[in-house]
Amino acid sequence: MMPNSDLVVQTEQLSKVFRVGFWGKKVTAVGGVNLEVRPGEVFGFLGPNGAGKTTTLKILMGLIYPTSGKAWLFGRELGDPQTKSRLGFLPESPYFYDYLTSREFLGFYGHLFGLWGTALDKRVDELLELVGMTHAKDLQLRKFSKGMLQRVGVAQALINDPELVVLDEPMSGLDPIGRKEVRDLILRLKESGKTVLFSSHILHDAEVLCDRVAMILKGRLVACGKVTDLLEQGANHQVELVVDRLTPEGLDHLRPLIDKVVTQGDRMLIVLKSQQQVGGALEILRAAKARLVSLNPQKGSLEDLFIREVSGHRSSSERRAA
Amino acid sequence: MKVLSIALNTFRENLRDKLLYNLLVFALLMIGSSVVLSRLTLGEFHRLILDVGLGSINFFGVLIAIFVGIGLVSKEIEKKTIYTIVSKPVARYQFLLGKFAGLTITLFINTVVMALGLLVVLYAQGVPVEGMLFKALALIFVEFMVITALALLFSTFTSATLSAIFTLALYVIGHLTADLKVFGAKMDDLSRGILDGIYYLLPNLERFNLKGHVVHHLEVSGVDLMLIVAYGATYTAVLLFTASLIFHRRDFR
Ligand SMILES: Nc1ncnc2c1ncn2[C@@H]1O[C@H](COP(=O)(O)OP(=O)(O)O)[C@@H](O)[C@H]1O
Ligand SMILES: [Mg+2]
Repeated sequence: MMPNSDLVVQTEQLSKVFRVGFWGKKVTAVGGVNLEVRPGEVFGFLGPNGAGKTTTLKILMGLIYPTSGKAWLFGRELGDPQTKSRLGFLPESPYFYDYLTSREFLGFYGHLFGLWGTALDKRVDELLELVGMTHAKDLQLRKFSKGMLQRVGVAQALINDPELVVLDEPMSGLDPIGRKEVRDLILRLKESGKTVLFSSHILHDAEVLCDRVAMILKGRLVACGKVTDLLEQGANHQVELVVDRLTPEGLDHLRPLIDKVVTQGDRMLIVLKSQQQVGGALEILRAAKARLVSLNPQKGSLEDLFIREVSGHRSSSERRAA
Repeated sequence: MKVLSIALNTFRENLRDKLLYNLLVFALLMIGSSVVLSRLTLGEFHRLILDVGLGSINFFGVLIAIFVGIGLVSKEIEKKTIYTIVSKPVARYQFLLGKFAGLTITLFINTVVMALGLLVVLYAQGVPVEGMLFKALALIFVEFMVITALALLFSTFTSATLSAIFTLALYVIGHLTADLKVFGAKMDDLSRGILDGIYYLLPNLERFNLKGHVVHHLEVSGVDLMLIVAYGATYTAVLLFTASLIFHRRDFR
């Protein structure tokens, strides 16, 4: 395969096998992953803990070498020194030099890109402002909370105004406000034309943020595509009705259309088998003189899709084992 | 420039390390205590102050090189601080060189401080100071470079604890290699060959020890001095080169 220079990230059958323990037992962390990240998109790399997300990102960042397969950044092979100046990386639960203050910390990373003097000071102030850490610029990192570390970590990743920003679990360990701030920041990066690739084990984060996602499980991709398409796939197309004062006879008429029903005093929650049943159900309700309180088509979620993929994966591997 | 900024950051890290100050205080106490010791012995108290003083500078400098030096790379890998550096446009060898240079600055300043401590004691005790003392100090500093490079080499592939143990062991062995040669001379050809091989492979740290010359007022020629410095520099360079090769290949996991 030839690298496609229109893609920001491209991997081909990327694999990493770790050898662990005294006997060098093989653990396949990533087993043949093909990814494509396009310019200007927010790409979510999703999967449960231990799925291989961090390992894949570390390969892309040049921290570990792949066992097999290939990867390109901006159409150039990994290890090309030119690409590193075009990307920014926030590692998972980052550790930083805790003896530095925020300003010294960002200053140091600035030096690595050849920024010195007033140009550097200006950039550092901008970034501290961007991540809302201006108040802590002279505080040593050892005194920071997890959320504060995450913010200077993001600032560090942006010091060189990178085209591609790679964030490993940027929202984990943060409180709801912190997570919302990270989400807003990612959207702002997208607005300013950057490509963002982030990993998360919280699928909900991705639903609202990403243009496209890839889901990984045990080192293999199980789904990949536009979020809207995947949500469509994940949807079960059921419809939920809330109804008051439905007579038992009316309910009997409805039975054939219903998947589930929950009664609570006068009120009933009815789940219809599919969208096709809505018309018929409404007629029966009108005839029975029941009061319709609400009607909600059930949206699918990435979580539904994922759970389905996981159970599919399980049963197929069980079948293989049997 | 990248190497320089990593070096300066390392130096700043060292300056904020309490261990450094503790070791430095101990070194100065040892140098000072030589006065008390010399009062207990009759006669030769000049000799004792110089002996204990230079010995302390060497010993504590090596401790700083090892315990602060080990932290340089192993700690960066264990604490994962290296992730954000290696993903920047910094080659791995540049990272190593920066770390080495940073600790060199720290060690240089420490050596100067300890040497000043010794000079104060010598002056207070009316011991005459000769040029040989400065040559000895210079070679002690060269030895620190070799030890630092060793520590750096080990920490590119093992844990901080193991690196410390290996480096300390090589420091001790490095001062005994001359015995290896003497020992080998009495053996058959094969054993002698092997011992000779080990002898040339291991750093001969006794070369950097001019304590005896200072104490006994012996001279070392300028050429000899240059050769010893060149030996130290070459040895250090080979260690750093090897460290870079290993470091380039390894996974940060
Ligand atoms: N340094 C390592 N040595 C051995 N196995 C590892 C190492 N890092 C990760 N793994 C294994 O590889 C798999 C994927 O891990 P990781 O990439 O960290 O997953 P994620 O980031 O998706 O949680 C896990 O099974 C993990 O145990
Ligand atoms: Mg991870």
